[in-house]
Amino acid sequence: MRISMTALALGLGLVAAPALADEFKGTDVQRWQAEYESVAKKGRELWTSGALGTNGVACAQCHPNAANTHPETYPKFQKQFGKVTQLWEMVNWCIKNPLQGQALAADDPKMTAILSYVAYERRGVKLEPGKH
Amino acid sequence: MTKLITRRSVMAAGAAGLAGTVSTLPISMVQLAFAGTREDVRFTYISDSHIQQIKGASFVRNWDMGLKRAVAEANLIQPEVDFVMFGGDLAQLGKREELDHGAEMLSALKGKLHAVMGEHDYYLDLGEYWSKLYGPQWYSFDVKGVHFVVLNSILTTDEWTFHRWPSAEQRMQEMAGLDNPNGSPFMVGEKQRKWLADDLEKVSKDTPVVVFSHSPLQKIYKGWNFWTDDAEQVQALLAPFKSVNVIYGHVHQIQYNQIGNIAFNSVMATAWPWPYPSTYAQAESHLPVLTVPMNRADPFFERDATGWQLVDVNSGRVTARYQLWDNDQRVVGFDPAAGHPVDKSYQDPMRRKATQAHY
Ligand code: HEC
Ligand SMILES: [Fe+2]
Ligand SMILES: [Fe+2]
Repeated sequence: MRISMTALALGLGLVAAPALADEFKGTDVQRWQAEYESVAKKGRELWTSGALGTNGVACAQCHPNAANTHPETYPKFQKQFGKVTQLWEMVNWCIKNPLQGQALAADDPKMTAILSYVAYERRGVKLEPGKH
Repeated sequence: MTKLITRRSVMAAGAAGLAGTVSTLPISMVQLAFAGTREDVRFTYISDSHIQQIKGASFVRNWDMGLKRAVAEANLIQPEVDFVMFGGDLAQLGKREELDHGAEMLSALKGKLHAVMGEHDYYLDLGEYWSKLYGPQWYSFDVKGVHFVVLNSILTTDEWTFHRWPSAEQRMQEMAGLDNPNGSPFMVGEKQRKWLADDLEKVSKDTPVVVFSHSPLQKIYKGWNFWTDDAEQVQALLAPFKSVNVIYGHVHQIQYNQIGNIAFNSVMATAWPWPYPSTYAQAESHLPVLTVPMNRADPFFERDATGWQLVDVNSGRVTARYQLWDNDQRVVGFDPAAGHPVDKSYQDPMRRKATQAHY
């Protein structure tokens, strides 16, 4: 990738400044993985927490190890919403209903943590968008 | 709509006469077709209500509704059943308030109530308050020639129970998380197995035996405690009997199996359904191959994939009629020709519905 970018820059007659943008080391990879894992870990804490909603019920009560959340099938058509939905919309549905809680913004760090945890438990399963 | 077995449907079945085969009959006729020389033994089975206190006098509405509905429907069964079973996990965190609130709802049931201890009832005060309400945690009784045994199968090691946790509340919380790696495998334990051996000593080998436990007395998936650690030892005590049936709660889903002479049936929860362990991508489970899974639950229907059961032991073998509130009813009973329980409608893969195919 770096080589072809450089070639492209040369081809356009631009000054061939060293392309450092995607140079990274093993320690960077480790850091990124650790960042992801720490957010997924927060997601697990939220998953088992009775404080996410208002009635003390936790996601884990019905979804042990986030089973039956099928992140690999999203976006998909949800009959009850009458449209193609994203995973975070279903997360909010379960927050509002079984947990009697307040919906989270799509980019709320708590939502990111929940989605990170769900994906972590489903790692290795192939993507099947739209599948029911 | 739930299809209850009413006096009217039983009479209609009677008018239609006895038929020779059970597999395709409407449920009301199965009962008659099974009737042998022994009188019918029937009981209702309600389980896993998980009554959960929010605070003070407020409880999670969803779980309350499940138990109330089961009690109301069980009370409509005609002719009246011999007794009522509650299969454990009456409370969510073993609190006195939860057990009292649940017990009050159960007190509306007609007929004699027997209760099984669940881990959610036990690990706060080690069963003390529950025992005040329901008496001994293991015992046996006889009804119309069938020997019934109640076990407390959710015990675990002394180290975990007495020495690991700084408080009773934390111990309860750790055991309450189904997928919590800090939990501990369930077991019946040596003391109770000794009691069981003595109890069964007095029973003739061709008396039908029905054992009620909370956890499966077989090993399905350890990660969620769909498991009893000394299952094989308990099975060995039951093996000499001609006709043994184990009915267990805890799993919040339909399961059935056959190991030697022992037929296994699980019961539904009134609170919420669980996914099958096979849907957890990171682990292997040993769901009995016989089991035809439940439909996937629809989260937009609060009571979907929850319910209660009407059970009979008419042939010395268990037939469980699952009263599923937002699904078609299912009937799982022992098929003498096959030598194991079968689902009366869906055992044949060709007859299954699309909704029974899990991811
Ligand atoms: C009362 C039980 C219950 C609780 C508590 C609960 N859910 Fe659900 N949820 C369900 C059921 C049942 C389904 C449907 C499962 C299926 O599709 O097989 C579902 C579906 C989902 C789905 C979509 C799955 C799919 O296949 O499309 C997501 C995502 C989800 N839940 C997330 C959550 C989150 C996040 C929480 C906690 C905020 C939560 N759930 C709490 C019962 C529950
Ligand atoms: Fe339970
Ligand atoms: Fe349980």
